[in-house]
Amino acid sequence: MKIRFEKRDKKPSKLLIFLASLLSILIALVFLGFIILSLGDNPLTAYWQLVSWGLGTVPGLIQSLVSMMPLLFTSLGVLIAFKMKLWNIGAEGQFQMGAFAATWGALYLFPHLTNPWLLIPLLMILGMAAGAFWGFLPGVMRAYLGVNEILSTLMLNYVAIYWVNYLTYGPWKGPHSYNFPVTAQFPQSAIFPQYGVGGLNLGIFISIGMAFFVLYLVRYTKFGFHLNIAGDNLRVGEYAGINVKRMIILVMVIGGAISGLGGMAEMSGVLFRLQPNFSPGYGYTAVIIAWLARLDPIATIIVSFFFGVLLVGSQQLQLFMQIPSSLVNAFNGILLFSLLASEILLHYKIKWMRA
Amino acid sequence: MNETVLELTKIVKRFPGLIANDNVDFDLKKGEVHALLGENGAGKTTLMNIVYGIYKADSGDVKVNGEKIEISSPRKAIEYGIGMIQQHFSLVPSFDVTQNVALGLKDLGIIPDLSRVKKQIMEISKRYKISVDPDAKIWQISAGEQQRVEIIKLLYVKSQIMILDEPTAILTPQEANGLFETIREMTKNGASVIFISHKLKEVLEISDRITVLRHGKVIGSVKTNETNENELAKMMVGREVILKIEKKTSEITGDILKVKDLRVMNDKGLEAVKGLNFEVRGGEILGIAGVEGNGQKELAEALYGMRTYSGSVTVNGAQMRSGKVMDRIKHHVAYIPQDRKADALCGGLPIYENLFIKAFSSPSMSFNPYFFVPERLRLPSLRFIKDYSISASSVDLEVKFLSGGTMQKVVLAREIGNSSPKLIIAVHPTRGLDVGAEEFVYNVLMDQKARGAAILLIAGDLFEIFNLSDRVAVLYEGQIIGYSQPDESHLEEIGLMMAGVKNENTF
Repeated sequence: MKIRFEKRDKKPSKLLIFLASLLSILIALVFLGFIILSLGDNPLTAYWQLVSWGLGTVPGLIQSLVSMMPLLFTSLGVLIAFKMKLWNIGAEGQFQMGAFAATWGALYLFPHLTNPWLLIPLLMILGMAAGAFWGFLPGVMRAYLGVNEILSTLMLNYVAIYWVNYLTYGPWKGPHSYNFPVTAQFPQSAIFPQYGVGGLNLGIFISIGMAFFVLYLVRYTKFGFHLNIAGDNLRVGEYAGINVKRMIILVMVIGGAISGLGGMAEMSGVLFRLQPNFSPGYGYTAVIIAWLARLDPIATIIVSFFFGVLLVGSQQLQLFMQIPSSLVNAFNGILLFSLLASEILLHYKIKWMRA
Repeated sequence: MNETVLELTKIVKRFPGLIANDNVDFDLKKGEVHALLGENGAGKTTLMNIVYGIYKADSGDVKVNGEKIEISSPRKAIEYGIGMIQQHFSLVPSFDVTQNVALGLKDLGIIPDLSRVKKQIMEISKRYKISVDPDAKIWQISAGEQQRVEIIKLLYVKSQIMILDEPTAILTPQEANGLFETIREMTKNGASVIFISHKLKEVLEISDRITVLRHGKVIGSVKTNETNENELAKMMVGREVILKIEKKTSEITGDILKVKDLRVMNDKGLEAVKGLNFEVRGGEILGIAGVEGNGQKELAEALYGMRTYSGSVTVNGAQMRSGKVMDRIKHHVAYIPQDRKADALCGGLPIYENLFIKAFSSPSMSFNPYFFVPERLRLPSLRFIKDYSISASSVDLEVKFLSGGTMQKVVLAREIGNSSPKLIIAVHPTRGLDVGAEEFVYNVLMDQKARGAAILLIAGDLFEIFNLSDRVAVLYEGQIIGYSQPDESHLEEIGLMMAGVKNENTF
C-alpha cells in the first residue's frame, strides 16, 4: 500500500474545516493522555478535573470568563495580522506594554484623577497607544526595510517583558509590597466596574464587544476588503492601487492596539497592579487560538473561552492531582502542531494506492 | 533508420480536474526528428516529463530499445540515454560552461579534471558546429548560448534520445536556424530527437514525423512531407483556425500615451529599459515585438506604476508619477499583466471579489468604505460572467480553480468591462490560452480599439502582433531598435531587428 496526496480541486467545506480542527484537538488530547500516564495518573480523571470546575460550577464559569478575556484580546490582535499573512507573534509584548502604560497612567501620570469616567478611558487610550507602538515598530521595519516580522515581534516581546521586570523589581516597586516585585495597587477610580464577587468585570464585555468590532472591520469595510486582497496576494494589492506599505503598518498598529487594550484590561479588571510574569504567555496561546478559530472573530470568542476553561482547569489539576499546571502548555504546543498538520487534510485528498 | 528506440503505449496521466494524457501512444525511431505538436496545455510537456522520469504515469508502458523499463527519476532516464532540455534551463549562473557540463558527471572522481571536460567540449562543439566558449560564465551569455550549453551537456553524456521542449521560444529567427542545423547534425550521428512545439512552421521545417496532441489525446501521426500547415492546424484545434482576424478600422485620435526618455531598472539593479520614446494614439494598437527579456516586463510594470523609473509618462496629457498605480487607475489605464496568477488575481478569493478588486480605487465605482458587504457584489458580477462568457459553476468559486483562459477572462472583465479604459497595456495576453480563449481576447482588444482606446500590446508571438497591431516597434536590449509594419512580408526585417540588426528605413 502506498499513500499519496492529491490536491483538492475545491475549497474545503466548513464541515471539513470543523472536523479537522476537532481531530487536531483529539490528537493533542491523546498525546496529553500519554504524558499524564507517564506521571502515574489516570488521564480520564485528569480530563474530568480539567473541565468539570470551569464548566460545571458558577464560580468556575466566571473564572473561565476572566481567563478568557486576555486570551480573546490578544487572539483578536494577532488575527488581523494573520489575515494579511503577517506573522505577528508579538501579542505578548504588546499586551505587556499595554499593562505597563495603564499602570503608568494610573499610578504616576494621573494619580489625582478620581473620576473613573475620565480616568478609565484615558487608561484605555494609553494601553492601546502603547500596544500600537509595539506593533508599529515591527510594521515599519517590515514595510520599509523588509525585516521579517516573526523575528522582530518575537524579540520585542522580550524587551517588553524585561521592561516590566525592571520596573517592578526597581523604580516602581510598591511601598507596601514587603519587598515583593509588585507595584502599588491601582486607585479605585482606575478599576473596572466589578459585578459580584467572582471577578466578573467590564473588561470581559469589552473583549466580547471587540470581537464584534473586529468582525465588522474585517468583513464589512474597505479596510477588511483590502486586507483580504493584500493577504491573498500582496502584488495584486499593489496592482489594485492599495498602498501596501501603509496597509502593513496599519494592520500591525491595529493588532497591537487591541492586544495593548487587553493588557490594560487585565490591570484594571483583574490584577489591579503590575508584577513580573503576570501573563502566563497569553500572547503565545493567542496564536493557537486564532488558528483554531480559523481567523473568524466570532469563533475566536468560543475558542478563547475553551482555553480559559483549560487554564482554570489546569490549576485544579495542580491542586487536586498534583499534576503540574504547565501541562496545559504542553497541550497547547501539541495542539498547534496537529493543527498545522491538519492543514494538509484541508488542501489535499489522501489516496491509498496498491503498490 | 527503422529501429524503434522509444515506444510509449497507452500512457495515462491524471491531474485533479483534467486528464493530461489520455491513452497516448508514441514512438521514436533511430535518427529521426519526431515533433510533438499541440497547443499550450495539450499535454506535450507532461508526456515528456513522464519519459524523463519527473512524473510517473498512472498507467501505460515505456519501452526503450524494445525493453520495458520503469523510469523513476531523471537520473534513471539519463542512464537509459534519455536527455531533456526543459523550457527553464538547469544551469548554475555563476559557474562557467565547463563547470556546468561537469556537474552531474559521475566518472570525474573527487578532484575533477576539468581540463579533460573542456577538451571534450571543444571536440563536441567542433563536430556538431555548436559555438560555445567553455570559459564563459553562464550569467554572461545569451539565452541562445545557454541553450547550446544544455545541448552540449546532452551530447557529452552521449544521450541517444533528446527531448527539446519549445526550444525556439527564446530564440531569434536566426538563432533558431542555427539550432535546426545542430539538430540535423545530431540525427546524422545517430541520435533521435523529440521536438516539442506549438508552432506549425518550424515543426514542418525540422521534423520527419509529426504527432499532434489535443486535450491529452493523440489526434494523429503524419509524415512531415505528406502534410501541410492547414491540415496540422485543423488537427491541433479541431476546426479551421481563423489565422487572421479581421482588423477593425477606427478613427485615430490624438496621443493618449506619451513616453519620454523612460529608463527602468530590473530586479538586479541593471538598466533594462534604456531611454524609450514613443507614443500610442487613441484607436490604435502599437505592438511591441522582441525576444523575451529585452525589457518588456520592466517597461510594462513601469508604465503601470508598479516599478519606479526616470523619464516622463503622460496619459491623456496628465503626468503620471513614478511608482504610483493610483495615478494610472484614476486616469483609466487598464493593465493585463504577463503573469495573471501572480500579478492580477487573488487565487484564494471568489470570482466576484476578483472582479471588484479595484472597487475603491477605480473612478467609475463608488462604495461606502465603512459599510461594504462583499457578498452584494455577487449580483453585479453576474453581468460580467455573461458578457465575458466566464465558464464557472458559480461566482463563489475561488479563482485558483479556474482554467487559464477563464482566469484571463476574469482579468479582462475587470479591466475592460468594469470601466471604459483610455489606455490598455496588455502583456502576452494570450499566453497559455487555447484557441477559443485566444480569439476571445483578440476580439475584446479589437472592440476596445474600435471604441477609441489606445492599446499597447507587448507580445512574444509575432503572429499575435501581426494579427492585432497597426504599428510594430521592436524592442532590443531596452531600446526600440526600429518600427515596422504588421505584415508577414516584413517578417525577415523584424526578425533581424529582434536580433539587434538595425533597420535603416524606419518610419
